[in-house]
Amino acid sequence: MNNLKSPRPVIQVSGIRKTYGRTVAIDEVSFEVNDGEIFGLIGPNGAGKTTTMECIEGIRTLDRGTISVLGLDPFRQVYKLQDRIGVQLQQAQLQKRIKVWEAIDLWASLYKKKPADAERLLDQLGLADKRDAWFMNLSGGQKQRLFIALALINDPEVVFLDELTTGLDPQARRAIWDLVRGIRERGKTVFLTTHLMEEAERLCDRVAIIERGRIIDIDTPQRLVDRHCPERTVVLATDDLTAEERFRAIPRIESLERSDMQFTIRGRGEDLVTEVIHCLSENRMRVTDFRMIVPNLEDVFLKLTGHSIRD
Amino acid sequence: MLRGLWKLTWIEIKVFMREPLGAFGTIGFPVVVFLVIGRVAGRNIPAPSLATSGFLRVGLPVLVALLIAVSSVISLVTIVSIYREGGILKRLRATPLRPQTILTAHVIVKLALTAATLALMVLAGKRYYPIGIHVPWFGFTIALLISTLCILSIGFLIASIVPTARFAQPIGAAILYPMIGISGLFTPLDSMPPVLHAAALALPMTYAVSLLGGIWKGDAWSAHRGDVAALALVFFVCTALSAKVFRWE
Repeated sequence: MNNLKSPRPVIQVSGIRKTYGRTVAIDEVSFEVNDGEIFGLIGPNGAGKTTTMECIEGIRTLDRGTISVLGLDPFRQVYKLQDRIGVQLQQAQLQKRIKVWEAIDLWASLYKKKPADAERLLDQLGLADKRDAWFMNLSGGQKQRLFIALALINDPEVVFLDELTTGLDPQARRAIWDLVRGIRERGKTVFLTTHLMEEAERLCDRVAIIERGRIIDIDTPQRLVDRHCPERTVVLATDDLTAEERFRAIPRIESLERSDMQFTIRGRGEDLVTEVIHCLSENRMRVTDFRMIVPNLEDVFLKLTGHSIRD
Repeated sequence: MLRGLWKLTWIEIKVFMREPLGAFGTIGFPVVVFLVIGRVAGRNIPAPSLATSGFLRVGLPVLVALLIAVSSVISLVTIVSIYREGGILKRLRATPLRPQTILTAHVIVKLALTAATLALMVLAGKRYYPIGIHVPWFGFTIALLISTLCILSIGFLIASIVPTARFAQPIGAAILYPMIGISGLFTPLDSMPPVLHAAALALPMTYAVSLLGGIWKGDAWSAHRGDVAALALVFFVCTALSAKVFRWE
């Protein structure tokens, strides 16, 4: 539905640079985040994700470049801006012995706008039975959910989430992803950072890949994969004796490997799969196994940077 | 505008009271020590009318008041540096909370604890030190508030520049306690070696002692305009400096 109207940027970042001493953290970083999308900044640790995000949130000054968020200058109009955004910081802590409801209550009192329904928020985030627990006694997942609750308490127009599932188990991670999708469904814009490619792929409408302080490419995960990793691989098993010969006749295949009855067919573009299936059905070949290997963002990252994101 | 100040202050008080040694260590412990000393030494204390009891009559109350103020300032320095190290300051900063609101809340908590401890001490002390009856309590409280605010501003300057939370407490203690030592409380300023005398005149604690002692004895405020001016000057200089160099993370 967002495709129907022309995208309206709510965050505009243009040519920003930030140095710490002699270290250049980010340089010439530019991108736009549109209204109502989940935008991900992805890259390995130390690539400049958090620095970029904190500059946009107005808690760091820029050396160069301009940023506009909701039409505001994040540094000069930081209080005006913070009223309209929600922020979850990486590795943040609260007072050890603050209770969950006290934190929510405090945060709710800080904003000019009428706060979101705190009880409902706690309920949605599965914290209702923890409202009297001390912060220090919460699990990692519960702390993250509390931070999400705090980021949403002022019913913000843009929500910033920095590495929000780091350190969580896969189940807690999936639960948090559902929550983030829920934020978008309520019409909010989400700006997040992650070094988890799976998270970016499953959650983000568009991603920007950042490496050593510079943006390498920006697009939807699908288009990034199509652009940088168009290779497709089909692995299948058949006992048809004519198979090898027929597969070789498929247009545009780049390589064919055979090991016993198993064939690995490589080619480029979406059409490869169609061609293979067409060949199988036309020749009425019996197939006992059929798998596709489709590249993902992880492969895109590897190709663009020459190393894995985990290195 | 200090939105959220009272809520934050109240939460900080509650959080502090939940610390294992928070409430007792800060308020209860000094009072208990005071009571024990009073019980043991009480009978041996000479009658207040004796001229020899000058330190007991004026010096001791001033010392007690300053120690309470200094210990609460040191605990403030520690809390600020722990909050900074744990990212709590940064988290609070990423809200519309003004920095001055966060710091003001902590100052109010510490002033309230100082006042509460002092009140308990006075109640406890009345039994053993009947000399306190004619003391101008209101004036003394105001004088202590002024002195504490001045020491707090030094505390914030220390908190702004200590590298880690681990050093906050020792550095705070190493700076503040010696100031009391040469404040003229134990040795009259005139009988100090010239170097110490000059140092004492440059340090705010000297003026705090002069102000507190004077008010306790019943001096008029007009006699201590210089002390108040000196404390105010230190307060403004330290506050301005820490506003420049304060680190949030």
